[in-house]
Amino acid sequence: MTTDDAAGLVPFMMRRPGAPFPPPEYSEFRDRPGLVKAALPSGETVWLVTRHEEVRAVLTDPRISSNPTHEGFPRPSRTVGAPSADDVPGWFVSLDPPDHNRFRKALIPEFTVRRIRSLRPAVEEIVDRAIDQMLAKGTTAELVEDFSLTVPSLVISSLLGVPKVDRDFFEEKTKVLVTLTSTDEERDKASEHLLRYINRLITIKSKRPGDDLISRLMKGGLLTPQELSGVSMLLLIAGHETTANNISLGVVTLLQQKQWIDDDRAIEELLRYHSVADLVALRVAIEDVEIGGQLVRAGEGIVPLVAGANHDPEMFERPHEFDPSRSATGHVAFGYGVHQCLGQNLVRLEMDVAYRGLFGRIPALEVAVPLEELQFKYDGVLFGLHALPVRW
Amino acid sequence: MARISVDTGRCIGSAQCVLAAPDVFDQDDDGFVTVLDDNPSGEAETAARTARGICPAQAITVHD
Repeated sequence: MTTDDAAGLVPFMMRRPGAPFPPPEYSEFRDRPGLVKAALPSGETVWLVTRHEEVRAVLTDPRISSNPTHEGFPRPSRTVGAPSADDVPGWFVSLDPPDHNRFRKALIPEFTVRRIRSLRPAVEEIVDRAIDQMLAKGTTAELVEDFSLTVPSLVISSLLGVPKVDRDFFEEKTKVLVTLTSTDEERDKASEHLLRYINRLITIKSKRPGDDLISRLMKGGLLTPQELSGVSMLLLIAGHETTANNISLGVVTLLQQKQWIDDDRAIEELLRYHSVADLVALRVAIEDVEIGGQLVRAGEGIVPLVAGANHDPEMFERPHEFDPSRSATGHVAFGYGVHQCLGQNLVRLEMDVAYRGLFGRIPALEVAVPLEELQFKYDGVLFGLHALPVRW
Repeated sequence: MARISVDTGRCIGSAQCVLAAPDVFDQDDDGFVTVLDDNPSGEAETAARTARGICPAQAITVHD
């Protein structure tokens, strides 16, 4: 590992050409006392948190904020991951309690266990159709494009009431938003297009409500139309590439460990093992606070690394082994605290239906290239695969 | 046997308790936690303790 000798800073983020994940540096960070000070490409410094207990502590401490308008909030690049609710009304992941509460309250009825279970037949139909299309094309596919992105895209679109004909547009725009190599201009433009589209959709639904989340939230009256557009955009982006990455990585891991195909316990372990949203939870201290024996001053940025926490041997024995027979309960792949992923039970459902569909209907499914040639995403905020060539 | 109480003011409706301990916890129509069995024993008690540990809002208390 290289460090900036002059300042003793670790450069961040970690970039590598291939597996493994999480970055091997995390294990060394966990062994250091206190927290690790790192330099972002912008030159800003942040505290990295890699131990499970301390990641949970950071994510539940009221002296630590999710609001990017606070001085010192980490900015890996100008816009990555964190518009504020001032920029985009309704962007509630960037709000702290009590401002955050109203949004969560409006949305949780849409994501209860019962509601998500009731979506199973619809998700099965989407998965089946995606597999039909793959099979109709021949004996090979690029699974990311043909399946992993398609399924969550259709699921979230149908949840929101977005017409299916517009889903290519959404895939393209959200990809621009979550790729670190996009320029700020590209990102701004994509975000503008999406907001404009959603605003149009809200206007249409205000006149002709449907059986969808946007229409119900509008009827509930807890949110303004402007906030509703921010919320819709957030759900769309949040539910899209994260799920796609989980599905693709899971296919690779399950194919390597075939005995776990069709085992219910595998989902939780896959979530822990891959921890795709490692860099999503950015925070800033708004008061002086001690974390793991480290004094963090008000105005200093904090990055709780969920992949670090989920591979902490204090919490999970042999963390780098994929082992569904362990109880992976307690992982923080969906974050922790009031911002824990609202759609987590939908993600679990989508993964479950996706694997049952793929491995059930295509028993000969295999990765078509040597594993070391797979292109992992280390250039984005989310960990995943750029492409996954498969055959059967 | 252990007595279970929940702080509905803290609950964020993540439903992790419902998944971990379905005999002890449920969600109301608004998505907030409700307690089905406030005095679980055996497996249900163990499950309730797991739920307390994973609740992201730390809204569950197990009184020993």
